[in-house]
Amino acid sequence: MRIENVVCPFCGCLCDDIAVEIENGKIKSVAKACGIGRSLFMKHDEDLSFPSIGGRRVSLEDAIEKAVDILGRSKHALIYGLSSTSIEAHRKALELAELIGASIDQTSSICHGPTALAVHQTGIPTCTLGEIKNRADVLVFWGSNPLESHQRHYERYSLFPKGMFTPEGRKGRKLVVVDVRQTPSAKMADMFIKVNPGEDYEVLNALRYMLKGGELAASEIGGVRVEDLRKLLDVMLSAKYGVVFIGMGLTMTRGKYHNVEAAISLVVELNAHTRWSVVAMRGHYNVKGAASSLLWQTGYPFGINFSLGYPRYSPGEYTAVDLLRRKEVDCVLVIASDPVANFPRDAVKVMLELPLIAIDPKLSLTAVSADVVIPTAQVGIYVEGTAYRMDGVPLRVKKLLDSSYPSDEEVLGEILKRIKGA
Amino acid sequence: MSEALIIKNGLVYDPLNEVRGEKKEIYVRDGKIVEKVEEPGATVIDASGMIVAPANIEIHSHIAGPKLNAARLMRPEDHAKDPVRRKEKLRSGSGFSIPTTFTTAYRYLLLGYSTLMEPAVPPLKARHALDELEDMPVVDKGMYILMGNNNIIFHLIKRGDRKAAKYFAGWLLKASAGYAIKVVNPGGTDSWKWGKVFNSLSEETPWGIKPVEVVNLLNEVVEEFSLPHPVHLHTYNLGIPGSYKAALDTIEAFKDSKLHLTHLQYFCYGGDSWATFRSESLKVAEKLSNYGNITADMGQIIFEDTTTMTADTPWEYKLHKLSGNRWSSADVEMETGSGIVPYRYKMSNLVNAVQWAVGLELALLLGPWRMFMTTDNPNGGPFYFYPQVIRWLTSVDARNEIIKKLPSRARKRIHLHKMDREFSLEEMIIMLSAGPAKALGLKNKGHLGVGADADIVLYAKKDDVADTLSSVRYLLKEGKVVVRDGKIVEADSIGRIIRVDTGLDDSALSSEIMDLFDRFYSISFSNYKVENAYLKREEVISCGVSNR
Repeated sequence: MRIENVVCPFCGCLCDDIAVEIENGKIKSVAKACGIGRSLFMKHDEDLSFPSIGGRRVSLEDAIEKAVDILGRSKHALIYGLSSTSIEAHRKALELAELIGASIDQTSSICHGPTALAVHQTGIPTCTLGEIKNRADVLVFWGSNPLESHQRHYERYSLFPKGMFTPEGRKGRKLVVVDVRQTPSAKMADMFIKVNPGEDYEVLNALRYMLKGGELAASEIGGVRVEDLRKLLDVMLSAKYGVVFIGMGLTMTRGKYHNVEAAISLVVELNAHTRWSVVAMRGHYNVKGAASSLLWQTGYPFGINFSLGYPRYSPGEYTAVDLLRRKEVDCVLVIASDPVANFPRDAVKVMLELPLIAIDPKLSLTAVSADVVIPTAQVGIYVEGTAYRMDGVPLRVKKLLDSSYPSDEEVLGEILKRIKGA
Repeated sequence: MSEALIIKNGLVYDPLNEVRGEKKEIYVRDGKIVEKVEEPGATVIDASGMIVAPANIEIHSHIAGPKLNAARLMRPEDHAKDPVRRKEKLRSGSGFSIPTTFTTAYRYLLLGYSTLMEPAVPPLKARHALDELEDMPVVDKGMYILMGNNNIIFHLIKRGDRKAAKYFAGWLLKASAGYAIKVVNPGGTDSWKWGKVFNSLSEETPWGIKPVEVVNLLNEVVEEFSLPHPVHLHTYNLGIPGSYKAALDTIEAFKDSKLHLTHLQYFCYGGDSWATFRSESLKVAEKLSNYGNITADMGQIIFEDTTTMTADTPWEYKLHKLSGNRWSSADVEMETGSGIVPYRYKMSNLVNAVQWAVGLELALLLGPWRMFMTTDNPNGGPFYFYPQVIRWLTSVDARNEIIKKLPSRARKRIHLHKMDREFSLEEMIIMLSAGPAKALGLKNKGHLGVGADADIVLYAKKDDVADTLSSVRYLLKEGKVVVRDGKIVEADSIGRIIRVDTGLDDSALSSEIMDLFDRFYSISFSNYKVENAYLKREEVISCGVSNR
């Protein structure tokens, strides 16, 4: 059986044109997906997790009961992850966090969290990916390497597609890449600007200064010759519809949210001359959705604490790494994420000393290290649900196969029900 | 919900059925109002000393969807000053000008509302609005679908294929689970995607269409498909000196159609600069008095800090430049855009003073069957400041209290201090329920006749109209008590999505439209339409395809 227009539950591109061939309850082949997406579909039944307590295989019921026991008795739990599961699961996680007075955080806090902090300061002019395809004639990827992180971005949304006002596709577009090294994405650029590591902030503000008519005394800023900055600014001003894509090269390097604030401010100011937008290159397929559901239920995008019975927001205080480093939580529930593989070592060390519950379809490093593992069926392959693309376009991800495991939503719902009943 | 219920001893106001403060019993069974309930086991509500009226209906309030979340993301300081605690079964959340979903529903319930209309949903992001609406318990809700800048409609109009354009619009309304067609600054939002400011109905936009043709076409869609609510129009030149000319121009252009002019307050300013800014409510109201086919809502401003948000993207950019405040904006492929700017209305600001007066003037001039109470939440101010608006509409003294505090120059720019109309209790009930229900074409709401939804509000009767209306004792939703003694007692039910079914499936779309979809959208056609999963509970209003 061939299923068309499948939504790929891997990255923030949420490509929805994938064709999947199913035979005997397994995925046999995948068309149109990028290498990462294809491997996600093809390896859907590899490295699956199983219910366990302390590394020993148990029944699903026992694993859930153990999780209920830990979370029900906790004084300050940390609930973390969310970016690789559905909105439907987020709802349950949020209600659980509120019920037990937990802190809840999602993967943005180690990714595009600083983008949110910048938006608090500046707002953000943005657009959907189809608007880029239809209109954009100048693209600036700043600290972002889509050919390796969002492999079909150039092809489907930004560089190559022919849209309503971009009939020439690639030929009609100028591609600028700003990065600390010449990435594969940069090799395709019409203009590559190499910035000294950690000096993006200076470069962005130099551009803002020049845009306002300022003359720079220096001949070089952040490793970039001022004449090259002038050329970049001229390219930006020549755009009919320009887009700056910000990646983790800006959000997670020296300056963090200041970098993003400078980038957004530059774009806001460019709008006095011509139209420009900013698009954050979000990583996990539903990380935008995680921020969205948290926002509409609490008002805040990540780093939220419910210990007073209402949502409080404090990045740096209620964000996962910080809570762990300060040893402020007494247990950790990880949902569809792998912090043991991604967090700084000192935070991981604390996490491993605490009761750790992993709800994960796969034997991730976190699941392998967890005290309680509850296996679930992967959203987008075994379970349908809602995911939000990096530009906020929500899509229904599909169920392709049956699973013997429950969904994240069902597991969280069950935990919630039992704690409420207790 | 199969329980029977009787409301006894209350003074009933049911303007659509011409019941004016009569003592009579109201009978409810299975969520509907019925002729008679006789079983002895029926629940009885003793409404002695209470006013009984149809539950209130919100005709225009931005409560759910991508622009709300973009605003929430921009303003953590707004929420931090208004935390909402978890309370028994009620979920926590936060306000202030952009309350979270649960908080929004609770605050509306406490004001006696059962039905809310979210007025600006981009079809491409309809799932997002529905996701948020799902987290607003109890209340029924509907969505207006943005079509005034839709590039497929533009394309078909330009090619002269009006029939295809109308079918597409009808299909789009169904595909995105909408209740009504919304038009915001037609042609203007699209033009601004190129940074071009375009302010006219009759001139040709850079895209190559005339906005008047778009609205005319959508008016025909309303008529031919018998949609319950006409085009819900936010016309051009919102918020600027001289905007009343756009209102007059718009009324003249569409005087032969049914139409709803939303947040009309913002389109009734005279003067040719901010320095000469003045009220022109009289001229607009006079023009409107000739056309009973046109309704409007106030868009009243409140002197508070709030967050403005609209699909009128050029206006929000302008407000960002004027105010120096933060600015978010989002262009949505093929369809629309939105902008967001925080803003504080101040009594000491002459322009804001005039704006405040204009909204009230319009309401008092046009009356409760034509002009409904809104703040264009949150643009004019948060909706839960409605009790203040009611006070101003029902009391000259309350208005004078404010007028006294306005800059003295304001009196020369407004008419409000010369108006002595005070709305009665019945008039306010019309404005809050019967009027909006009629304008929305919601046949089962806004009245207490047999067969109506048993959405009923009971107020404690006080000497003062505004005091009465801010004393909600009971709210019944589909016959179930959800507010008792001014407290929410039931908040688990999910409420319905009210939408129209135009009967148009994909076969109504030409291959040309499918081709435009394939080439210019960034998602597949088959992933575009809202799935049933987002419509867990719904009320579908079937609309005739009379021209088949």
